Amino acid sequence: MLGRLILTYPATARRIGALFVLFLVAAGLYSLGISSAWIGKIFPSAVDWLKENKQFGRAISAIALALIVAFNWKLLQLLPRRQQIVAVWLELFALLMLFFYSFDLSLPFIAKKIGFMISQGVVTTLYISAISIAIATVIALAGAIAKLSKNGVIYGLATFYTSLFRGLPLLMQIYIIYLGLPQVGYVIGAVPAGILALSLCYGAYMTEIFRAGIESIHRGQTEGATALGLSPNQTMFLVILPQAMRVIVPPTGNQFIAMLKDSSLVSVVGVWEIMYLARTQGQTEFRHIEMLITASMIYWVLSIGLEFLQSRIEAHFGRFNAR
Amino acid sequence: MPQPMNDEIKLSGVHKWYGQYHALDDINLDVAKKERIVICGPSGSGKSTLIRCINRLEAHQQGQIVVGGIELTDNEKNIEEVRREVGMVFQHFNLFPHLTIVENCVLAPVWVRKMGKAKATEIAMHFLERVRIADQANKYPGQLSGGQQQRVAIARALCMNPKIMLFDEPTSALDPEMVKEVLDTMVSLAEEGMTMICVTHEMGFARQVADRVIFMDQGRVVEEAAPAEFFDNPQHERSRLFLSQILH
Ligand SMILES: Nc1ncnc2c1ncn2[C@@H]1O[C@H](COP(=O)(O)OP(=O)(O)OP(=O)(O)O)[C@@H](O)[C@H]1O
Ligand SMILES: [Mg+2]
Repeated sequence: MLGRLILTYPATARRIGALFVLFLVAAGLYSLGISSAWIGKIFPSAVDWLKENKQFGRAISAIALALIVAFNWKLLQLLPRRQQIVAVWLELFALLMLFFYSFDLSLPFIAKKIGFMISQGVVTTLYISAISIAIATVIALAGAIAKLSKNGVIYGLATFYTSLFRGLPLLMQIYIIYLGLPQVGYVIGAVPAGILALSLCYGAYMTEIFRAGIESIHRGQTEGATALGLSPNQTMFLVILPQAMRVIVPPTGNQFIAMLKDSSLVSVVGVWEIMYLARTQGQTEFRHIEMLITASMIYWVLSIGLEFLQSRIEAHFGRFNAR
Repeated sequence: MPQPMNDEIKLSGVHKWYGQYHALDDINLDVAKKERIVICGPSGSGKSTLIRCINRLEAHQQGQIVVGGIELTDNEKNIEEVRREVGMVFQHFNLFPHLTIVENCVLAPVWVRKMGKAKATEIAMHFLERVRIADQANKYPGQLSGGQQQRVAIARALCMNPKIMLFDEPTSALDPEMVKEVLDTMVSLAEEGMTMICVTHEMGFARQVADRVIFMDQGRVVEEAAPAEFFDNPQHERSRLFLSQILH
């Protein structure tokens, strides 16, 4: 019955549907407890009226917001795809900034500290992450090959390693390495301890990614290479891995971004990376929020850098798929 | 009849098991230089297993396999040497999709024969020319038709300058209209005197080029004869049944 109506009057049905969605959005905003203060800010003359009619003002505020969203949606539909993407990013970024602005941040304080945050914090975070990423990749490759090994000892080693380092919380691993190794007579600095923990932990996760990537390549590829006389190592590095990279790179990019942010855990052993500075620099003037938000934005910018890198690498390894 | 000293490939008393399953059961086979053998038989009879033992993609467990005077054992050096002399073409081509056609052909000569890249490319282009596909040299395998890919696979194997070529159902994954172009390439190879073992059910090809047809069933060689003899007057019940099925 309803279906028939929709089929007979598609345009009308669509309009009714849109109105219904609009109503739902407005009702949702209202029930979430939206305030009407912003209307008062834009139209000062309405302030008194809003004070007297609280419920009514909130309802108007909800409907007005829903309409703005709908109008915005319609406008965006007029743009070509690329510009749509840019516009959505800009709008959401502006909203995010507005949100931060509402914290009443002290910009001069941020300006005063940001130089040190970058020269000390970002540099430390970046080199800890970069070294850990490099080591983790090597571990992952070795781990994956070990996991595919027919030798029981090697397989046992690899499975114990991945199980242990995926199973313990990273924070514990950092403590255990930093505080535990000296117990067996090996004193280790805070930065090497952090790098070791990050490499081992992410190496374990990435072992699984590499293994799955290698296994995704059809057996015929190994046979083709073997029949041509290539050695097992040549087969792996010239034939299997370059193809497996297409499967390996996207989740590995994820891991790299996660590691970048997990490097903040190293701050617990007193390494002056971004997170440590964010917590300590604000203390003297009670400006914690400024520093935390600054640090967050720095992490985001660094992550975007990694995302960009990932898409470049993906394009490189996927080029043979182009028709 | 070929002289024993002339034997390029010699299998004596070869057995192979997959777990409990007896895949090759007492195989004895001598192949002379320049001889062309066609192997046929029902699915699961061990044809692929047999030729994959010849370049040690599979290891046999009993008996002796000697290729070009080198016995195949666990000795890695021997295996390497044999693989350098034996080219193989697979049912599903097994080209490397991340490399261009010419890169596919250059890979093994450069890394296995330690040939210079320029020289290897020159040889690759020569063989690609021979299989009439040189104009596609810089495309990726995924951009070619099945028949073209199989011809590239043949060229890739030839670039290693093998003394022996193994074919495992090279045309059975191809659309009918592409079968001929691949068979023509194989015929011209046979005419040049390459030692060949082909697993195939292309009876026209077998009649035209084979010196011997070998019929396998349940891991055994059941019948071994010249093609005309085998097709026109099969001796065994199993061969007759098989031929009646593939000839409708
Ligand atoms: N890796 C393996 N593990 C276990 N059994 C196998 C393996 N490879 C082949 N077999 C078995 O060995 C037997 C012979 O297989 P083979 O591939 O040699 O047959 P074939 O004659 O080539 O058949 P087809 O015409 O279908 O290719 C089959 O029964 C198959 O199931
Ligand atoms: Mg087969």
